[in-house]
Amino acid sequence: MNSITSYARIKNNSVFVNGTLVFSADTNLNITEFLSEAYKKLSISYPKYHKMDTLCKLGFLCAEFAIQNTPFLEANNLDSIGIVLSNSSSSLQTDILHQNSISNKEAYFPSPAIFVYTLPNIIIGEIAIKHKITGENAFFVSEKFDSELITNYCEMLLQNNTTALVSGWVEINETNYDAFIFLTERKENINKNTIFKPLNKQIVTELYNT
Amino acid sequence: MDALIEKLKGQIIEQLNLAEVKPEEINPDSPLFGEGLGLDSIDALELIVLLEKHYGIKIEDPKDGKTIFQSLRTMAEYIKANGKG
Repeated sequence: MNSITSYARIKNNSVFVNGTLVFSADTNLNITEFLSEAYKKLSISYPKYHKMDTLCKLGFLCAEFAIQNTPFLEANNLDSIGIVLSNSSSSLQTDILHQNSISNKEAYFPSPAIFVYTLPNIIIGEIAIKHKITGENAFFVSEKFDSELITNYCEMLLQNNTTALVSGWVEINETNYDAFIFLTERKENINKNTIFKPLNKQIVTELYNT
Repeated sequence: MDALIEKLKGQIIEQLNLAEVKPEEINPDSPLFGEGLGLDSIDALELIVLLEKHYGIKIEDPKDGKTIFQSLRTMAEYIKANGKG
């Protein structure tokens, strides 16, 4: 039995954990300002966070909110935890920043710190580094959140050596942003925890749409 | 030299996104890598870009970086000896 044991949602300058609003900020704040406020809400000190690009910050924070206050990391071997993420725009925003830094031959100063974020799966790396997670990982690019793809892939991993997963959707495009991270563990809901939900396409779609 | 060190502190904080570090917390003689500011290999590349962008200094051999970027003071001394800006 695979159970979704926690989930977080970040959209419209609000953070929801297991369906409950835990933080919201003025909707006039841009994404950078909002994420900075959401980071403070977590009450963690992680200097590397400030070096991340906006996409990584969004995915990192959403994962932190999903994991915080859960026994997820203690209950699973770190080498058996996988990370499966997806989005639509890949790392396009940072790709554009990098392109701008190399488009003028008179001011050709590509930034290594920007260049390292020109792949979307770096979000997985940032989450893995923070928590020393070394299990399976994959990043999918699809037009919109594909709950069937993610659910099927998660189930396949959980049939093998993976015992737990950090999965979801982390998207930033020129007009909007949207993050949804859920934790799945290979365990039954023996304590009848109301947050626990079975891993299947319908539930994942339902949680994403809340 | 002190003015250059102070200027470098601001530039490094901005260029390397050291948002939780205040200029007064940076000891000019502390190591930039490992202990001290705890910079990493990507930061080293950013420092090379910083020297070129702001001071017109191109480090041809990356191995020289080990000496130049020992501390803020060694960096400032190198800029003073080789800089155009």
